[in-house]
Amino acid sequence: MKKIVWFVLTLALVLSACGAPAATEAPVAEVPAATEAPVAEVPAATEAPMAEPFRVAVVMPSAITDLAFGQSMYDALVRVQEEMGAENFEFVYSEGMFVVDDAAAAIRDYATQGFDLIIAHGSQYGSSLQEIAPDFPETSFAWGTTVDTFGQANIFAYEALSQEGGYVNGVLAATLSTSKVIGVIGPIETGDAKLYVDGFKAGVLATDPAIQVNVNYIGSFSDIALASESATTQIAAGADVLTGSAQMVVGAIGKAEEANVLWFGTQSNQASLAPSIVVASQVYHWEVMLKEMIGLIQDGTLGGQSFSANLANGGQVIEFNDGYALPAEAQALADETIKGIADGTVTITLP
Amino acid sequence: MISDLFTVTVLVGILASGIRLSTPYLYAAIGEAFGQKSGVLNLGVEGQMLLGAFAAFYVALTTGSLWLGLLTAMIVGALMGLAMAYVTVNLHAEQGISGIGFYLFGLGMSDLLFQKLMGTVETVKGFPEIYIPGLSDIPGIGKIFFSQNILVYGAYLLVPIAWFVLNKTTLGLKIRSVGENPDAADSLGVSVSRIRYFTIILGGTLSGIAGASLSIALLNVFQQNMTSGLGFIAVALVYFGGWRPIGILGGALLFSFINSLQLWMQVLSIPIPSDIAVMMPYVVTILVLVATVSKVRAPSALSKPFERGD
Amino acid sequence: MQSRLNSLIDALLPVLATLAALLVGAVMLMFLKVNPVVAYAALWDGAFGSSNAFAETLVKATPLLLVGIGICISFRGDVINIGGEGQMIIGAVFATWVGLNFTGLPGWLTITLAMLAGFLGGAIWGGIPGVLKAYFSVNEILSTVMMNAIAVQLMNFLLRGPMIDPAQAEMASQIPQTARLEEIFRLPRLVPTRLHLGALIAVILAVLVYILLWRTTLGYRIRAVGQNPHASRYAGIKVQRYMVLALLLSGAFAGLAGATQVFGVNYRMITDGSSSGFTGGAGFNGIVAALFGGLHPILTIPASILFGALLVGANKMQRVVQVPSALITALNGLVVVFVVSSEIIRKRRQRRREADAKLENDSLPPPTGSGDKQLNQAEAGS
Repeated sequence: MKKIVWFVLTLALVLSACGAPAATEAPVAEVPAATEAPVAEVPAATEAPMAEPFRVAVVMPSAITDLAFGQSMYDALVRVQEEMGAENFEFVYSEGMFVVDDAAAAIRDYATQGFDLIIAHGSQYGSSLQEIAPDFPETSFAWGTTVDTFGQANIFAYEALSQEGGYVNGVLAATLSTSKVIGVIGPIETGDAKLYVDGFKAGVLATDPAIQVNVNYIGSFSDIALASESATTQIAAGADVLTGSAQMVVGAIGKAEEANVLWFGTQSNQASLAPSIVVASQVYHWEVMLKEMIGLIQDGTLGGQSFSANLANGGQVIEFNDGYALPAEAQALADETIKGIADGTVTITLP
Repeated sequence: MISDLFTVTVLVGILASGIRLSTPYLYAAIGEAFGQKSGVLNLGVEGQMLLGAFAAFYVALTTGSLWLGLLTAMIVGALMGLAMAYVTVNLHAEQGISGIGFYLFGLGMSDLLFQKLMGTVETVKGFPEIYIPGLSDIPGIGKIFFSQNILVYGAYLLVPIAWFVLNKTTLGLKIRSVGENPDAADSLGVSVSRIRYFTIILGGTLSGIAGASLSIALLNVFQQNMTSGLGFIAVALVYFGGWRPIGILGGALLFSFINSLQLWMQVLSIPIPSDIAVMMPYVVTILVLVATVSKVRAPSALSKPFERGD
Repeated sequence: MQSRLNSLIDALLPVLATLAALLVGAVMLMFLKVNPVVAYAALWDGAFGSSNAFAETLVKATPLLLVGIGICISFRGDVINIGGEGQMIIGAVFATWVGLNFTGLPGWLTITLAMLAGFLGGAIWGGIPGVLKAYFSVNEILSTVMMNAIAVQLMNFLLRGPMIDPAQAEMASQIPQTARLEEIFRLPRLVPTRLHLGALIAVILAVLVYILLWRTTLGYRIRAVGQNPHASRYAGIKVQRYMVLALLLSGAFAGLAGATQVFGVNYRMITDGSSSGFTGGAGFNGIVAALFGGLHPILTIPASILFGALLVGANKMQRVVQVPSALITALNGLVVVFVVSSEIIRKRRQRRREADAKLENDSLPPPTGSGDKQLNQAEAGS
């Protein structure tokens, strides 16, 4: 009897669950490095190249496919790998580590496995790193986004000056708005989102102080429905240009498209979601600082420095959407602003 | 500026977006109400919604047919319901906990399938808003009530239908009697397990539609954990509505209106910390319930497994 | 002897059910082209493979156990507390405030005060739904779901405003976190791992809650109200008061769980905007652990360890075979469903034993017990 119960139960669950997994033959967004990375097989003597590959582990709160913060780091690692070659650069990742003490366990575990660089890609991981790093003086750690290395010789810090890209987006938004009302959708009023939003506002107001910027923080990184409704509300309140930070804005972009309202993206290139109305996206290119860190580590410096991804060093890039015909003078203004920020002639005043 | 709130634009905006926001709650909560009326508490609504949302989106994306997407969401929801029914009716498992299990399963499975089958966020063209000649042109009201998509209308049609089925049909009588006094119902020849199977599968199907209403009608994207707690609010609204479809409608609208009100307050730059504004719908829902102390009693056999002849 | 064997088998049932769920998980792993043997070896290794791994399991089990013993109280009192997440948050806020402000006191005293503050914070956040249920007929599922959301926003508000780390307040990024607790105000570690005193406190409290529920009048009344409110009212028990008490105590233990997370693990409060970012979902998973333990505080100890091992081991598995974290979540769901379904086997075995016993004792007159006696009999099996 028991066996029958179990059998049926198992069957029912498998059927209800796996009705879909035709997963195997579908295009799988596999990590090239991941498959060969498993720790177990590394020590085994490989016949391949003499030099040990550089091994990186990254721990991040969101998913590598979030079209935002997490994906920006994943894409950067893939680009580094393409440049250095898969035989010289390997990386593994732990995604969805939004629970801080899970992340701490992952970081410690990677450290014991002798990775060359362990990236804690989330500002909430600082305390964990501060505690773990001293136990592994031979291992290099990186923490973002922040500037704080805790004075540790084996911690790098990296941050993105999101206000810079926000400012450029803001200048462009002010130029393109005819209703003189611009809407901003944010998750929670902190960190990267706040930097971006504040920079954006500064950019708008520097260009046209008469424009009204309506900011709406929806209190969540995941509530797509509320973010969409926020976009609709902004549009009803007269906004003809919108922007928003973090991964829950994907639905809002759709609302902007329906209403034919312009959109400015950040963290990742969001043009694919609405090719006709996305003007430009601020995109992080963490590989710029990753390569610097790798260079330093290979030369024996394991940390103690902090890096900023900004427009000047190419860690931050404004990617314009080819699908949107940006007027020439607006393009010129944008280029000028980018140049100005990069060479320091344009200064951004945050509240 | 508070006075900015009292304009026609804002009022129309709040009502229209409140009606949109309430749509998934209505499907999910009415489905849950059927289950609870028959004595089954399902805390797995959120998981069913997520799988439904993904199924609808993926099928719509790959086949181009929204209706096929909707149908798939219903089937997936029904299958989740079937599994839940087997576990709670046949195996007498603790209902609340099985629900949490199914929630986790749906949360993980929908995300896993999303990553393996799609890999990145994409968009579809969802169900369009339906233009009703004449009605849609009425100023204000037209925009609020008559320029919504088919699934929004469906949700509002569901309210009277559910009321009718629960209160005016033999099936409704059986459902209620199974939830109130399963032993008596059983002795009168009503199959308790068959009724419960029916209501749980119906609940799953409606949760599937609720998910689809997000992914292919209102938001037209899929992302991991996109319901973000919506399913649990839906369960809460069943209690708010005292297991009556009309009460659920009231709760869903109240919650949604306050939610869109707080969005407007922020957009109009009324000086209130964003976190406090976001809190409003939750606080108000509790306060309203406190103020209108109702003595509606839960179905007596709610969350109690039925065992024959002890 | 026979009965000892029987209870051993009963105790092993959740483990067997977990294994069955992992078997289904193996099929899913194979779909992902991952060798299940390698994957599960990693899971085992991550949970029990070394003393450090086992310590991590215990660290993970601690909040589950604390929430779980609270759940034992509320579910025994027939109130469903799904507000553990919010109660953990408020408890942690209270405790952190004490830890950061009572810095003039000796370490042990501040820690004690902080733990009490956490207990109090959780009690308030659990007591409110209790009062709403008892005196305003607001269903506790509704109020606890809403109170969870309110707690999250309150935490976000406090951590980016009044309670923000002064160092962060000056930086542009303004990470929403409090200052770090000074070293003397942290829960001491037991062995050179992350295992902290909180684990021991949790175990002691589990025993105390057992005594509370089965050896005191208060506990008896909570259970009596849970089993039959009408009879209890008739017997002169103030039903409403015990309803409030059940939710309040349940919340208090969750609040303590939040406090130990701050003082034993993170040493500060940080928010990522969601509840689970801070709680790790322990407010929900604690319910599951308590049910695994048959709503018995003592049995909740091994149940929490089992569930904690699963969570910790699964993370290790993700690292070793690089499966998406989503699979882990789905797998956890399966385990929960399987374990809760396996209950039926235990119940059937118990009924069969009772039937056998009844046959033997058939000549004896049936027990003419009071409500209390019957209650104890009903509970005896768990």
